[in-house]
Amino acid sequence: MSNKTVAVPKVAGFFERNRKSGGLLLRQSLRTKGGAVIRALMLFGLCFLILQPILDKISVSLMMQKDLYDTTIVVIPRNPTLDNYTLTAELLNLNKSLFNTALISLVTALMQIIACTLAGYGFARFDFPLKKVWFACVILVIIIPPQTISSSLYLHFRYFDVLGIFKSLTGSTMNLKGSSLPYLMLSATAMGLKNGLYIFMVRQYFKSIPQSLEEAAYVDGASSLSTFLRIMLPQAVPILVSCFLFAFVWQWTDVFYTQLFLPTANTQYLSMRLSGLVDSLRTYAATRLGMNVPPVGFIMQIISTGVLIVIAPLLVIYLFAQRWFMESISATGLKD
Amino acid sequence: MSIQKKRGMTIRTRRAITGYLFILPFLFGFLVFMVRPMVQSIAMSFTNVTLSAKDGVVQTPAGWANYIFAFTIDPEFNQMLVDEIVRMVTHSLATMVLAFMIALLLNQNFKGRALARAIFFLPVILSSGVLVGVETNNSLIIGMKELITQSNNLNIGNALFTLLTASGMGEQALEVVYGLITSVYDIVMASGIQIVVFLSGLQTIPRSMYEAAEMEGSSAWESFWMVTFPIISPLLIVNMIYTIIDFFMKTDNLIMEKIREEMFISLNYGYSAALSWIYFMVAIMMIGISSLIIIKGVKRYE
Repeated sequence: MSNKTVAVPKVAGFFERNRKSGGLLLRQSLRTKGGAVIRALMLFGLCFLILQPILDKISVSLMMQKDLYDTTIVVIPRNPTLDNYTLTAELLNLNKSLFNTALISLVTALMQIIACTLAGYGFARFDFPLKKVWFACVILVIIIPPQTISSSLYLHFRYFDVLGIFKSLTGSTMNLKGSSLPYLMLSATAMGLKNGLYIFMVRQYFKSIPQSLEEAAYVDGASSLSTFLRIMLPQAVPILVSCFLFAFVWQWTDVFYTQLFLPTANTQYLSMRLSGLVDSLRTYAATRLGMNVPPVGFIMQIISTGVLIVIAPLLVIYLFAQRWFMESISATGLKD
Repeated sequence: MSIQKKRGMTIRTRRAITGYLFILPFLFGFLVFMVRPMVQSIAMSFTNVTLSAKDGVVQTPAGWANYIFAFTIDPEFNQMLVDEIVRMVTHSLATMVLAFMIALLLNQNFKGRALARAIFFLPVILSSGVLVGVETNNSLIIGMKELITQSNNLNIGNALFTLLTASGMGEQALEVVYGLITSVYDIVMASGIQIVVFLSGLQTIPRSMYEAAEMEGSSAWESFWMVTFPIISPLLIVNMIYTIIDFFMKTDNLIMEKIREEMFISLNYGYSAALSWIYFMVAIMMIGISSLIIIKGVKRYE
């Protein structure tokens, strides 16, 4: 079968074409069906690969410990229980850490998006000297792993000072390590987690909006600021929501910035609590259950439950806002 | 009225000033929280830093000592670096291929496409931050995991591997393939963004181009290489860079862990700064090399 005969029926109606060509009908439909089956198998396999750990965690988290060791139980727990959830919630210090995490994620995401939107709009619409240089700096911010400068930033905030003012006033520098001020400052100046990326995305998006809209506003005598606020911002809502969601979600699970710049003395953030979950479980087991080392199955159960608790809000957000998440990525994919 | 007030300025300078006002927060942040720490960090990598309660940070110049230490004396760093680079190359290549394939699949019309797309994007949210390797990150589980993989019934892969090597296939090549297959999970988890980028690129290709190619007598295979691939190729660079950065910044990365350890546990600020700069230079080099290869090696469609 030559390639031409494969290609032609696709363009015209499939069945009419093939009825005339007799034997081709069967082969053709087998071909497409086969393709569809292979595609379905591949996609199903890959999707299963992604979903399986979550499903697995759900099943494990609902089991009692003895179900784990029962080989006749594979997925569905025989003795369903919520004990794991109560214990994990206690170990995570759920109420407090959930509140803290939600608050810090919301506040920093908001600040980051404001700063990034301003910068993105500035880069997209204005011409100013050194613009190329500053935009290269945005790219640099994307490329430089924050880990590279983390140690000096850490010290910067540990012995914080603005032009030596505090030292001359109080005799010593300020230790900002115990407050969330450093991270708020970083967020307000678009230096937070993956902020370079957001600037880039917002800029791409603004560039794709036709300039005639703004020009009309300028002709009507609007100032740059009011044009931005009244005309451009409403246009950019999809990308803003999108970036905000990313900022929120990534902040939610972030350990790096949280560990460095937020007060972690009592680590009341979900991400920090989760990463220290095994240790808290160990102390719990030692003090309350009188076990030196908790059984591994038990640890796995608690970790699974912990992960589920942490990602549950994110999954809910994703369920409702899935479209928004992809918006910004698609905008980046557009060529400039 | 404001035009008359500011008569001295042309529209251009006013626009320029407004532009600067818009990027001001970023500029401030960049200069204060990026450039300054960067310069300090470079300087720090050439010193030995000690902390004392009385004078704060004390830095004694050390020349290239930290860098020399990293490459010649530190027993694990060289090996780690080589391992990471090899892993990065294979992983990012595999990620690109897989992401492109999945994007091609998702670009077709079929039922449940939106669902599949949503699932493929899920790892972007679920494999971030603390969620990466939270199960494997503690020593108790690591030991247990080894036991499990040794004794577990999920050893079809291993059995197949021994079978194939016994039947005389090239062991070296097989090992690479085998490594990739066992890390398919990691690769799928790391390719959410890339899939969507490719997909959005694929959707910009007008149907008429394929029709034209068909009229010229090209097969599906040929029009893939002549139409799809050249149009997508600018996105290859975007995705490659993203993949490399993503890989380098992963928190479960060996070198990242070492840097963190040196800083928080050994309090070796100078050495940790040196390590991160070496690491960053390697990352930049990898990005440069791969973009060069893509630019030179791939025909662009302009």
